[in-house]
This record gives sequence, structure tokens and C-alpha cells, in this order.
Amino acid sequence: MKRAPSHSYPGINLGENHASADKATEVVTFGFWVFLMSDLVYFGLMFGVYITMIDAQAGGPGPHELFDLKSIFAQTMILLTSSLTVGLAMLALKYNLPRPRIVLWFGVTLVLGISFLVLEIRDFVNMAAQGGIPQRSGFLSAFYGLVPLHGLHVAAGCIWLIVLGIQLRMMGLTDLLMSRMVRLALFWHFLDLIWIGIITIVYFGGLAYG
Amino acid sequence: MTSTDSGFFGRLTWDAFPIAGLIQNPGANEIVANAAAAIVVVGVVAVVGLLSWFRLWGPLWRDWLTSVDHKKIGIMYIVFAIVMLARGVLEGVVMRAQQAAGPGDGFLEAEHFAELFSTHGTIMVFFVAVPFVFGVANYVVPLMIGARDVAFPVMNQIGLGLTVSAGMMLMVSLVVGEFSTGGWTAYPPFTGAAFNPGVGPDYWIWAIVVSGIGTTLTGINFAVTIYKLRAPGMKFTRLPMYCWTIICSSILIIFAMPPLGVAALLLAADRYLDFHFFTNDLGGNMMNYANLFWLFGHPEVYLLVLPAYGIYSEIFATFSAKRLYGYNSLVIATMSIAILSFTVWLHHFFTMGQSALINAVFGIATMLIAIPTGVKVYDWMATLWRGRIRFSVPMLYGLAFLMLFVIGGLSGVILANPTVDYQVHNTLFLVAHFHNVLLPGVLFGLLAAYNYWFPKAFGFRLNESWGRISVALWTVGFMLTFLPLYFVGLMGMPRRSFSWEDPSFHPYMIVAVIGALVILGALLSILVQLWVSIRDRDSTRVPVGDPWDGRTLEWSIPSPPPEYNFAIIPQVTDRDDFAAAKERGQAYPTPDAYEDIEMRRNTGIGFLLCVFSGVWMFALVWWIWWLAALMTLTMLLAVILWSFDTNTEEIIPAEEVRKDHEAWLALVHSAQAVDRDHETAPENQGLARPDMEAVT
Repeated sequence: MKRAPSHSYPGINLGENHASADKATEVVTFGFWVFLMSDLVYFGLMFGVYITMIDAQAGGPGPHELFDLKSIFAQTMILLTSSLTVGLAMLALKYNLPRPRIVLWFGVTLVLGISFLVLEIRDFVNMAAQGGIPQRSGFLSAFYGLVPLHGLHVAAGCIWLIVLGIQLRMMGLTDLLMSRMVRLALFWHFLDLIWIGIITIVYFGGLAYG
Repeated sequence: MTSTDSGFFGRLTWDAFPIAGLIQNPGANEIVANAAAAIVVVGVVAVVGLLSWFRLWGPLWRDWLTSVDHKKIGIMYIVFAIVMLARGVLEGVVMRAQQAAGPGDGFLEAEHFAELFSTHGTIMVFFVAVPFVFGVANYVVPLMIGARDVAFPVMNQIGLGLTVSAGMMLMVSLVVGEFSTGGWTAYPPFTGAAFNPGVGPDYWIWAIVVSGIGTTLTGINFAVTIYKLRAPGMKFTRLPMYCWTIICSSILIIFAMPPLGVAALLLAADRYLDFHFFTNDLGGNMMNYANLFWLFGHPEVYLLVLPAYGIYSEIFATFSAKRLYGYNSLVIATMSIAILSFTVWLHHFFTMGQSALINAVFGIATMLIAIPTGVKVYDWMATLWRGRIRFSVPMLYGLAFLMLFVIGGLSGVILANPTVDYQVHNTLFLVAHFHNVLLPGVLFGLLAAYNYWFPKAFGFRLNESWGRISVALWTVGFMLTFLPLYFVGLMGMPRRSFSWEDPSFHPYMIVAVIGALVILGALLSILVQLWVSIRDRDSTRVPVGDPWDGRTLEWSIPSPPPEYNFAIIPQVTDRDDFAAAKERGQAYPTPDAYEDIEMRRNTGIGFLLCVFSGVWMFALVWWIWWLAALMTLTMLLAVILWSFDTNTEEIIPAEEVRKDHEAWLALVHSAQAVDRDHETAPENQGLARPDMEAVT
């Protein structure tokens, strides 16, 4: 019978091909999970604030006037695909595929992340053109407190990807960088998870109850 | 908003300095403000001068500011906390003097009094209690679990840097501009831009946000350290009680600091960007703030008091020479309190108009917390029962705690009843209650910890007589100051009032101000104790490391411990592992072999972030936008560049470890063991002769 692989932390482990990096990653990855838990509370509270403020439109434009579901659909597809590509990058790393393959999948992830941000900012600009600015109402304050916070996280992820690319070039595939890739992948999946919450609660919920 | 039309220095002008107020409007109020500012300025000048005079900048930078050693970071946290404690106590004395000066308006203006209670609360919670709690945890936890450092030493340093820079904002607000007048809770809309356009609430916001980030990093660090870095054999059922309380406290931080960050940042969005989260108009909802703040605020008090419970647990066991009674029930009680603390936040605003049913639910949830707390009190008393008790300083603090804390806890149960709360809400009864739990609970615990672990950290004991004097002064001072407030609270005196008229309050106010002066004496007695102890250190040295017949691993190593803590990582076989080893005659084993030890190299990143974040906060408070943007980029760049540094570890060779360890072992074998009667005598070199069989 095949021995079950040991998992020293939740998520894709670096595995036997990178035994030393895997061991060095255990504590820091666990710590990163704890950080994500704390970050999740931030988002959870912002969701709560949004829900309590859906009705606080103060006569200003509401979800029906402002939300562009086509653009949201495009952003969703882009972000879900980027989660797939970051997963492929991790598998390439785990199974020792050639390094260009790892770089390729992380590169695609970066392009998708930036595309997502471009579309999101375009949405904000369009909303603002229709009077949908955060200063207009409690509802719009809550919207702009939550959705751009997610966008800011995506932007941070993109910067992280770029820094990691430079470091990969300079240092090669060291244990340290592999460990950072594990955490970046977790971070990216986490952003996807938050986005699922955003389309469900902010956009669909907003349209249903706003 | 006028935020766009500000110049090079934003809205910072000459009028922001308190001396301008003194020139324009001389009087007692301005003299107090200028004296406070002068203390800050003179303090800074004195520190800079002394460091230069003794040529200490180099050692300060090399050995302290860039250190990632958890022990040094812990000491720096505690020094910072004591500096802030001095300010907090002084403010308390001024406030008590103001109210004792009545009936009538006293000598301070209403605004100034409001600033005092706002800074007093903010400082005592965020910049005394939190750094003191985590200073002790930093020092003790890795030693207790047999680790060489915390899980993330650099993050630890950054957490300290952010906490200190945030605390410095409160000091800066004394000299430049003014602090918030909105209390430590900073409720909008009062703290919103419409009613409070000045810099005060902004100082509060950024100090809270930055220190909150620092505390969150620390909480993550300690949760991971205790989960992952325990010595082999230290199962969770063998984890010292203190570490259990720190793990609960860390979990509380991880989940409870985000609501505070959200509340403060949304308030900032309202003030800076004209958002409408908590404003009166355009759909803002102040109740969201109250909920967010107390969703943090209530767990906060438990994340402070649980570690104190842990400290008392260790102290009662050690100074009774007995195994802690009811370990399992204490662990369960601690966890129960941690979880229940998230279910009671609404009791802070029973009077804000929710239904009676909701109030009843939260009232009952609040009363439930008394059950695990009661379990703890009985466990501690049972630990003392038939123990080999020594009335040393930490034990005296513990006994004062046991008696006074029960009063504070029971007054909490009274307040938990919404119908009673409607009567005493916002009165001094409440002020008496939370000081009654925070002083005997948290502060006495931390002072006990300071007396208990000081010889571990510095290699000599604190002066016992001055320690006793300070216990007496703290206890008497606390009772005189705060117990009268229960009575005036029941008589209806509102909290936070700079002026009052009812003459029947007067005797109580007089007693309270006398108590405040006794507390001031208590604070001074701590400094005197430190001074006397340093002077007499040659007769109190405990290099062997076990002056109190300790039970846990930190007592099994030299005092002060080497940088790497443990020459050999211990193999744990018992809950009170060191006590068990002493009983078996297997303490101080000679290792077969030594290994190279890898330690984290020093780094300046924490200090840099401390400075940059301080400038960043100042720029935001004063609307100096170019500087705020510059600092944001600088901090981002500093972190990114730091991530390129891969030369982060240094090796301490096995030979060096062997030499130091063998020298210490020789000292252990040559030292004379002392029994418990001679614990405070000069012959106590830190080698204990247990004179009571371990009770299991």
C-alpha cells in the first residue's frame, strides 16, 4: 500500500522533492494561515458593515443604477482563472517541472491579476460618472470600504509576484523563495475566496435587497 | 473638506504649540498643559544627553535597537510600558485633583479634562497594559517552552517598533497640537469631522491603527511559537499554565484586533475622505462603530487579564511549593473565558436602545463569565492550601489580587444586569468597577511578574523590603482611590465630569485624591526599589538561576540566560518538568555533546519601521500629504528591500556553547543550596534545596 503523503501544513505542500524547503516552510506557512485568519476577520466585518448599510442610500444611486454585472462576470472569470494558474505554478514547483514552466504560470497569474485590477478600476470610474462616489451615501461608503480593500490586496499580490520574479532571477530557486511561493499561492487563493463573497453579498445581495 | 488647500507643513502652525496658549491665556489650565509638554521635552533632552555623555549610542544600537532576541525585546517592551505608566498615573492624579477641587469647576478647563481622560484611558490600555503583558510574554514564553527564540524574531521586533512609534504619538500630542477629547473609545459622531475638526481624534486614530497592527503581529507570533516551537515531550497537557493563557490571549488578539482596526480606519475614512460610515447625515450609522469597537473592546480586557491569571498561577504554585491545583479545570476555564469574551460586547451599551430580550441575552452571557473565573479563584486557593507558603513580594501581590479582584468581579456581575446597568451606566460606579479589575487583576499581576522574573532576566534579586512597601502602597492606594467611587457612582455622579455640584460627593473625592497620591507614591516606590536593587546587586546575585525553587524550564538555565537560552534543548517528561527533575535528583544534567546553534542575525528593519511609521502618522495628523505619501513609499520599499537580504542567520559554534555551559555547570556544583527560609538572604545564589515533597 502506498504511504500517505505527510502534510506539515494545510494546502499544497512542497513535498518530497524539496524536503529541506518543506521542513523550513512548516512554521512560517502555519503562521501565514493564522495571519490570513486575522485578515479574514477584517473582510468579514466589512461585509457586516455593508449588509447593515445596503438601505442607507440616502436618495443617492443604488445597486441597480451602478452595478455592471457583465464587467463583474468578466472579473470573476479572470480571478478564478488566476487561481487555477497559481495552482498550476505550485504543482509545477512541487513536481520539479522545468523552471520556465513555473515562471510561465506565475507570469500568467500576474497578467490576470493586473487585468482584473484594470477592469475593477474602470468599474469605479463608471460608477463615479453616475454619481456613485463614496461621499454620496452610507451605502456607497460601505461599498468603497470593502471592494477596493479587496482590490488593494490583489495589487499587493501583484507587487509580491513582481518582487518574487526579480528574486527568482537573482537568487535561483532557493528554499526561501519556494517557501514564499507557497505563501503567495495561499494568499492568492484567499483573495479568490473573498471575491466569491463579494459577488455573492455585495453584487447579488445588493441587487436583491438594495 | 479643506484638506486640499494646505501648504508645505499642512495645517501645522505656531498655534499648535502649548506655549502659544500660555502666552495668550495664562492660567492654571495652560500651566498644567505646558508643564506636561515640558516634561516630555526635558525627558527627551535628558535621555539624548545621557546617552551621548556616556557614549552609549553604539551599544544601544548594536545590543538593543537592532536586536531580535526575544529577551531584549521583552525588556524594551517593559521599559516602554513603565515610562507610559508614569504618564498615565500622573494624569490620573491630576484628574482626581480636579474633581477633589470641587464643588464647582476646579482648575482645569473642560476640554483639557476631556483630553486627560482620553489619553489616560488610551495610554493605560494600549501603551501600558498591552506592552507590559507582551513584554513579560516575550521574555518568559520561549524560556518556559524550551525554545531558543519566538517563531518570527524579526516580526517580533517590528511589533515592538510599531507599538513604540504609536505610543510616541501620544507624547508628541502633548507638545504639538492636542489629543482627542472623545475618551479612549472615541465614539463618533462626536469624534467625526463635523463636531471635531481638529487634530485630536486623528492622533487617536493613527496611534490605534499602528499599535493595533503591531499587536496583531505579536499575537500571531506567540500563537505560532507556542503551537510549533515547544521542546520535545512538551505536550499540550504539559504546557505551563502561563503559556496556556498566552495562547488564549494570542487567539483573542488574532480575532479581536481587526474590529478595532476596522472601526478606527472607517472613522479615518469619515474624517479624511468625507465618507459616511458614522456621520449623522447621508445614511451614516453610529451604532456600527459602537458594535465594532466593543467587538474588540471586550475581548481586549480578557486578553489583558488572562496572562495575569497565568502569572498568578505560576506564582501561587512556586511560592506554595506545590503543583498547581486543578490544571485541567484552569485550562478549560481559560479557554471558556476566551470564547465567552466574544459573546458579551453589547453589555457596554445596554442603554442604547436595543430590545429588552437582546439586553437579557447579553446580560446572561456576561454573568456566565463569572463561572470559569470563579473556578480559577477556587483553584488558586486550593493551590495555597497546605502549601509551603512564603509571603514574598509576588505572593503578596497575588493575595491582594485574590481578595480585591473578587470584589471587582462581583461588581461586574452586578453591572451585567441590564436593569441595574440602566441606573449606574456612565457613572463612577463603572469607573470603580473596571479599575477594580484592571489594577488588582492586570497591573498587580504584571508587577508580581516583574518581581518574580527579574532575577531571571538580570541575574540579581529585587530588594524585598521596598517590594513590600510598594505592594502596600499599591494596595492601599488602589482601595482609597477607587472604592469610594463605587459609592459616589451609586449616588449618581457621572463619569468624565470636570465639574460637579452636589456637596455630598466631596468627602469621597477628597479620599480618592489622597488615594491617588498614595498610588503616585507606589509608582515612585517601584523606581526606588529598582535603584536600591541595582545598588545592592552584589549581595543578591543568583547566577545559578533558580532563586525561588521554580518549577518550570526557565529556572533550569543561568540567570541571565545566554543569548540562545538553552545550550541543549531539554527533553520534557513532566508538567512541572524542572521541579520533577530536582525531585528525581536529575536537574542540571551534563550533556554528552554540544551542537552549533543557528540564531537570527540582528537587523535594523524594526527600528526603521518605527521611525518611518512615526513620521507617517505625524504627517497624516497634520495633513502634510507629500510627507505621508513619501513615508508610505519608504515603508513599502524598506520591507521589499529587506526581503532581498538572505544572509540572516549566524552560527554560535558548539565549542563556545560548551565552554559557557561547562563554566556554569561548575558554578552549579560549587554553589551552596539554600532552603526556602533563606530565599531572600544573601547566600541564595540561585541553587534551591526543596524542603517540601512535591504534592501531586
